[in-house]
Amino acid sequence: MTEIALHGSAVESADRYDRTRALNAFRFGDRAFYWTTRISAMLVLMLLGGIIISLVVGSWPAIVEYGSGFLTTQRWAPSAEPPVLGALSPVYGTVLTSVIAMMIAVPVGIGIAVFLTELCPLWARRPIGMAIELLAGIPSIIYGMWGFFILGPILANTVQPFFIDLFEGVPVLGAIFGGPPSYLSLFNASLILGIMVLPFITAISRDVFATVPPVLKEAAYGVGCTTWEVVWHVVLPYTRVGVIGGAMLALGRALGETMAVTFIIGNSFRISPSIFAPGTTISAAIASEFAESDGLHQSSLMLLGLLLFVLTFFVLAAARLLLLRLEKKAGK
Amino acid sequence: MTHGSVAASGSAAPPPVIDPVIPVKIDALNLNFYYGQHHALKNVNLSIAGNRVTAFIGPSGCGKSTLLRIFNRMYDLYPGQRVEGRVLLDDANILDPKLDLNLLRARVGMVFQKPTPFPMTIYDNIAFGIRLYERLPKSEMDDRVEKALRDGALWNEVKDKLNASGLSLSGGQQQRLCIARTVAVRPEVILFDEPCSALDPISTAKIEELIDELKRHYTIAIVTHNMQQAARVSDYTAFMYLGEMIEFGPTNKLFTSPLDRRTQDYITGRFG
Repeated sequence: MTEIALHGSAVESADRYDRTRALNAFRFGDRAFYWTTRISAMLVLMLLGGIIISLVVGSWPAIVEYGSGFLTTQRWAPSAEPPVLGALSPVYGTVLTSVIAMMIAVPVGIGIAVFLTELCPLWARRPIGMAIELLAGIPSIIYGMWGFFILGPILANTVQPFFIDLFEGVPVLGAIFGGPPSYLSLFNASLILGIMVLPFITAISRDVFATVPPVLKEAAYGVGCTTWEVVWHVVLPYTRVGVIGGAMLALGRALGETMAVTFIIGNSFRISPSIFAPGTTISAAIASEFAESDGLHQSSLMLLGLLLFVLTFFVLAAARLLLLRLEKKAGK
Repeated sequence: MTHGSVAASGSAAPPPVIDPVIPVKIDALNLNFYYGQHHALKNVNLSIAGNRVTAFIGPSGCGKSTLLRIFNRMYDLYPGQRVEGRVLLDDANILDPKLDLNLLRARVGMVFQKPTPFPMTIYDNIAFGIRLYERLPKSEMDDRVEKALRDGALWNEVKDKLNASGLSLSGGQQQRLCIARTVAVRPEVILFDEPCSALDPISTAKIEELIDELKRHYTIAIVTHNMQQAARVSDYTAFMYLGEMIEFGPTNKLFTSPLDRRTQDYITGRFG
């Protein structure tokens, strides 16, 4: 016993020495950890600031030259003397294609997610879920080629003539679904965008639907709800933050998507009331012209990029506002 | 009492225990229930009396919640769960696959172990169920909501904040909100699945009082882990063990002079 006790105390004194050293080592590790995470976080802010600054610097000549007229000018003539450049057409095309894409992708995407979580037989869940995820993995250039060679001709030969005939002579709708059919069109681009963002909406909606406690759904079924009523009144309100978040992520992607859209939108700076006419978007304009641009033309393209940045920022802000209002409505 | 005698003529059926003058609301005949391969209920027979409280007691996993979930076909939501036998609600077999489940669940309401307010205001939590079946003008709806909240013994606590979220209430209040929501649809039967297990003693007392009130208008079946609770609130008690109905009878009789050895062991606390 004594041996053990002596041994023990010896160990203890050596131990105490080691412990302070060890503690110091920990402290060092702790500080290092603190600073690495802190620097990583600050890096994001610095990157964001750097990108904004370089965009503003790059677009400054165009801002000075055109001012707010840049936003209201439809004409885009970089080779005129002096060049006349306006952002109205690309901004219009960007917003319009994204809105149509969301009008298609949100209901379909949420519908798929509801089917997968509430209705689908178990054996089919995994294959369908994996197919959706694979859809997200297809490179955007392939969507562009598919839209160009397959979807464009199909739309121009069958779908577009149908709508043009259907709404001919009807005010407003006749203009929206008017004009000659075209392989390259805003409508084609919108459809492709809708297909591209669909997996985001589905995957996120499915994941948040799975977080609804089963007992809450049982309670809703327990008062006699149909599946539709359970989804509409219980599942969607319970998961609204996640679903809207997914839709906003998708909208952000749709606004910025470049390659596929550049392929199929037709790169025309004329604003036509018809969605079957060619158009352009901000990112498509930049992608197709940046390499051969210089001077004021290049600066204007930079300004277009800055506009896209601002547009995305406002979309995110609007999403936040929407969430706040929804929360108020649910009685917080 | 026609199906009471049917139950008695079944091979393994216990003799009818309900007083013959009380009408039978639910009659379960030779029920077997399976979770996939697992045989969770074994040949269960019993009659639930109208306007009385029937309690189900037994150790965890004995099948009492399973039995309760058959009465409103809640198991139907899950593939792989299936039932054999017959359950007669006012003489109609509710296990009929062609039955309208939404209507059944409007007739047989359920209150769960954990409070389950919907993510909406207190008012809408109540009005939600009513709106599924009836189109009411605003003033009538207000009356119905108030009546339901009074029936749930919650009106005085929430009348000034009907537009607050149902989730902002305390646990006991949420549970009474769920009871009010169930009552609002005007069911005939209310199933309580351990309604007090997540609540403090005061809330528990309130809900027990409420159950006593409710049985004047509704038939009540309650699953509970708490034997004192069963003794306090129920008129009839069923003791279940390992998926079998061991003993069923008037509550005072079952607790004072049980016929089966296992019932006695359970209620005296020797296992469970």
